[in-house]
Amino acid sequence: MIETFAALAHGMAVAMQPMNLLYALIGVFLGTAVGVLPGIGPALTVALLLPVTYKLDPGGSLIMFAGIYYGGMYGGSTTAILINTPGESASMATALEGNKMAKAGRGGPALATSAIGSFVAGTIATIGLAFLAPWLVDFAVRFGPEDYFALMCVAFVTVSATFGDSPVRGLTSLFIGLTLGLVGIDKLTGQARLAFGIPELLDGVEVTTLAVGLFAVGEALYVASRRHHAEEKLEPVRGSLWMTREDWRRSWKPWLRGTLFGFPIGALPAGGAEIPTFLSYSTERRLTKHPEEFGRGAIEGVAGPEAANNASAAGTLVPLLTLGLPTSATAAMMLAGFQQYGLNPGPLLFAERPDLVWGLIASLFIANGMLLVLNLPLVGLWVRLLAIPQPWLYAGILVFATMGTIAAKPSVVELSMLAAFGVMGFLMRRFDFPIAPVVIGLILGPIAESQLRRALAISLGDPLVLLQSPMSATLLGIALIALLAPFALRGLGRFKANED
Amino acid sequence: MISSRMRPFGAVVALLLGMSGPALAQQLELKLMAPAAPGGGWDQTARSMQQALVASGVARSVQVTNVPGAGGSVGIAQFVNGAKGDGNQMMVNGFVMVGALAMNKSPVTLDQVTPIARLTEEIQVIVVPASSPIKTAQDLAAAVKADIAKVTFAGGSAGGVDHVMAALFAGTVGADAKKINYIPFSGGGESLAAILGGKVTAGISGLSEYEGQIKAGKLRALGVTSAQRLPGVDIPTFKEQGIDLVLANWRSVVAPPGITPEQRKTLSDAVEKMVKSDAWKEILKQKGWDDAYLGGDAFADFLKKEIVRVTDVLKSVGLVKS
Repeated sequence: MIETFAALAHGMAVAMQPMNLLYALIGVFLGTAVGVLPGIGPALTVALLLPVTYKLDPGGSLIMFAGIYYGGMYGGSTTAILINTPGESASMATALEGNKMAKAGRGGPALATSAIGSFVAGTIATIGLAFLAPWLVDFAVRFGPEDYFALMCVAFVTVSATFGDSPVRGLTSLFIGLTLGLVGIDKLTGQARLAFGIPELLDGVEVTTLAVGLFAVGEALYVASRRHHAEEKLEPVRGSLWMTREDWRRSWKPWLRGTLFGFPIGALPAGGAEIPTFLSYSTERRLTKHPEEFGRGAIEGVAGPEAANNASAAGTLVPLLTLGLPTSATAAMMLAGFQQYGLNPGPLLFAERPDLVWGLIASLFIANGMLLVLNLPLVGLWVRLLAIPQPWLYAGILVFATMGTIAAKPSVVELSMLAAFGVMGFLMRRFDFPIAPVVIGLILGPIAESQLRRALAISLGDPLVLLQSPMSATLLGIALIALLAPFALRGLGRFKANED
Repeated sequence: MISSRMRPFGAVVALLLGMSGPALAQQLELKLMAPAAPGGGWDQTARSMQQALVASGVARSVQVTNVPGAGGSVGIAQFVNGAKGDGNQMMVNGFVMVGALAMNKSPVTLDQVTPIARLTEEIQVIVVPASSPIKTAQDLAAAVKADIAKVTFAGGSAGGVDHVMAALFAGTVGADAKKINYIPFSGGGESLAAILGGKVTAGISGLSEYEGQIKAGKLRALGVTSAQRLPGVDIPTFKEQGIDLVLANWRSVVAPPGITPEQRKTLSDAVEKMVKSDAWKEILKQKGWDDAYLGGDAFADFLKKEIVRVTDVLKSVGLVKS
């Protein structure tokens, strides 16, 4: 423990050098910028910067990459809140409540709680990275396919929180998403499914294309169709621009809970950032004292997922630094960055280059602080975006959405998919089907399927493997309770009512 | 899930190109396609070529484009149709594309492109967890022969080089390759976790991916696929353990169909010059790639043989229907 503190202090000294501070600043700035643009993620930014940073010293460029990574996670939420266009799939849960808040003139507090929540979660998770990494990685490695499948079951049960009022409509949406998840090459057998001979479909449906189509394009079409009925008047600011005492009171617990979801799941090799954000969203929805506000802009629904996605970003660095195991696209690029300098992350990195590892961890703290400093003053500026006349604003959103998609995959097929998903998003809004379950289905479906089949392949087809692992059995138990509890409680309530 | 979802961004590519090209060379202005997303092996090869071609003065400018999709199937289709007869374009490809094209029943094949040169290769390794009772490649061979279904192999995507290698291993030691229990993971990371966690019997990957774990003593390397021992690699080859398994994950560069012999010569010369440059050697050292330069007709022959071998293996494990 003492050594860890000493090493961290030494790392701080490295990271606080003026040049490194500058790199961190460039990093968070770039990261925020690319996070704001849908379709352009931190992974790509790091990939494109690698050749440029080749001449820099390893410490400086890795610190910059870390800044990009955290900045990207942060920037994605700004557009999610303001214009209902999640820049990254990890900010989708944020859009659900955040955009509602923005439309009700509470964009300021929504942005603020996401900025501060990201800071709190990022800081706690970075402390976790510094102190728990060796222990956590042990846990992550033992997490087998059957455990992932059980985790997905828990996630599936919690999806219902995003269903809105009608379970049937919610399930319909979810199954559309699951079907879209089947498109492409089957990971386990290499055979094409639902690709209809179109090579571009072999890689499956891109999550960002679906999300941007459903959320941004669908929303633009819907708003356009409603214009002549009753024009929705958007007020950029209603009430305080800043978080009120009440907002603080309702935010701090979701921040902490979001961190608890984000960090460990982010550390899992196949965990990702999306699942913890949705787990956090549904938890907040269940625990809130203001259930009536959910669906209309509840601050807990922004605070939790935002904390979760930043904490998962720190979690991703656990397997990267301790095992050399990149578990996200951005982490893979950072690994390439390490290798560029002849460094091999892995069990030996902490021993061989402690200055670098601890400098990186220290710079994460600094990047976090910088993000807060950079973004809080901008809140006032961002919410003015909403004062732009609606036709212009939505035309701009359409241009951004299309550009982002083409930038991500320059192909006609991709653009046609975006348009088709846009029309689908419009129809779903028109007929009152919830949108989020479609995207969740696309994310969870393929993971659940391939992990289940992997587990069964390893056990030679014995389904009992799902119950033999204690972790898996526990998670399945939680899923079962979460699924049955509402029915049981309702039945009990009816029973009591009958007694009277 | 995540590794396949990286996103290219053309505008920044153009911007970076403007920054990285010292303009002191000849007329060659090349376009180089990486039929994959930024960050992967083919993309890194393309960007390294870009760096070396410009730094060594072979080309004035090189523009890298990314066309991701289906193990290169999307990229090669666009390359063969769109670049036909263009002597200033090349595409990076490799072992994995051979299998991907066969499995995806691609209408475009590698017979259509003009082979230029093989550039690099990486040898493959089979590992087991340090606690495994399997100590040598022969132990693994015995286990495979005893009950092939009970031996689980973890590796990269279905039909990729790891999968082909698992099938070749089983076939070479005299077991029925059709019955191998191969479990594909997305990327080396996830499979590494499954091996360290003791979920599978053995893991297959490129050597560099597991090297850190092998050195740290968490994984035991059973054998590598090079023909002879490579300098700096303290792991026995399969061949010296009596198992005839020689294989490498190679990467190469090809030109479009329909170019003139002069154009082909210009490109071949340019690549040869690049391979001999200090800039390229420096990059190989940094990235830990082995130089496997093979030019002209020798490479064309090699490519033909690999296509036959890989397609046969994939047919034998039922991934490609004959």
